[in-house]
Amino acid sequence: MLFRTLALTAAVVVLAPSAYAASSSARSNGDARSEAKAQVEFGIKAAQNELWKEATYRWEKATELDPTYAEAWNNLAIGYEYQGRFEDAEAAYQRALKLDPKSVLIRQNYDLFNEINIRTKRRRDR
Amino acid sequence: MKSTYARNVAAIASLAVLGTTAACTSFYEVPIETPIQAKLDVSAFRRVLVAGFISGGTDDVDANMETVRLLRSQLRTKTNLRVIEAEVLPLAELADEHSRKSSTTGVEPIAPVADLGAPTAAPVTAPQDPAQAAEAATIRSRKDLEQYERIFADAAFWKKLGEEYENPLIITGTIMFSPQQTARFETENRETYDQLGRRIVVPTRTYRERKGFVLEPKFIFIDGRTGATLYSETQRREVLYPTTQSTPALASYFELMDQLIPDFLGALSTQKIRGTRILLR
Repeated sequence: MLFRTLALTAAVVVLAPSAYAASSSARSNGDARSEAKAQVEFGIKAAQNELWKEATYRWEKATELDPTYAEAWNNLAIGYEYQGRFEDAEAAYQRALKLDPKSVLIRQNYDLFNEINIRTKRRRDR
Repeated sequence: MKSTYARNVAAIASLAVLGTTAACTSFYEVPIETPIQAKLDVSAFRRVLVAGFISGGTDDVDANMETVRLLRSQLRTKTNLRVIEAEVLPLAELADEHSRKSSTTGVEPIAPVADLGAPTAAPVTAPQDPAQAAEAATIRSRKDLEQYERIFADAAFWKKLGEEYENPLIITGTIMFSPQQTARFETENRETYDQLGRRIVVPTRTYRERKGFVLEPKFIFIDGRTGATLYSETQRREVLYPTTQSTPALASYFELMDQLIPDFLGALSTQKIRGTRILLR
């Protein structure tokens, strides 16, 4: 009985810090995503009101908070595209597609962007 | 009574579905205007002179006059540059004179506008029949055009022209507008119905003759302060119609120019391409 209690205590002592670390990391990941989501939402509202610089700033924040948030990268790419920052837009679209390769909507945005980007590059090289 | 109850249930259910859909909406379609930067920095110029073009091809359209008119009106409405309304230069004649002078005297530049009406030096070639001379001077192909193109490299000529108009950005170049005819086999899908009434699509090869026009402009942008070429751009567009259709040359010319104008303006000013994108939550 005593041996079982000691073993249990030892297990708690050994495992508790790593369990705490894991749970706090999960919590902070969740916090980061929810904070990033709030930024994305705000950015969408700004973009709908034609405030594209503000929107882009919000989406940049969102991708800093959660670099695995594909939707935020997609929106950021659109923001860059609106400002004529084609190289940044290209990188952001590619990041979004890398994170979510199956997203039809991101792919559609990227294809539309590419049409313009390729045309611009061709004109520049002419 | 029962049917009223069923209708109410259906209405509540559809409202619930609508509400859920609205709550779950995770994408928004937004209109977007993508800016495309101008190829040429024209901030140093406040005025633009569309001087004239060396044109060739068909005689049905005066491509020099029409192009100058069209470009001036487009520049007036779509850019911030002040368009200079000047006489259109008969550039082919000037270029001809230029090549004759340079063959006799070396690199001596010709007078662009002021001396246009003044008598010029006698040509070195033997006198010709006027009809023959006119035919010889007619530009029918790109190759004919090449011999006139040396004028664009004559910085002194363009500088002098620039001085006359307070150093504007000068737009000039060449325009080939030629008739085009094609005859070839084309594959097209023809619909038929089999005995059972099913629709069948059969690819069939048809011999087709078409006629139309090819427009090949070369736009040259010259710095009126120095006479140096800043940028040049060659384009090519063609339009073909069935032989049964009769389209006037001028209508085809404008149809093709409509396609070229955005690219031309894109050299001077930032263009915006309208479209839509999907924002995601």
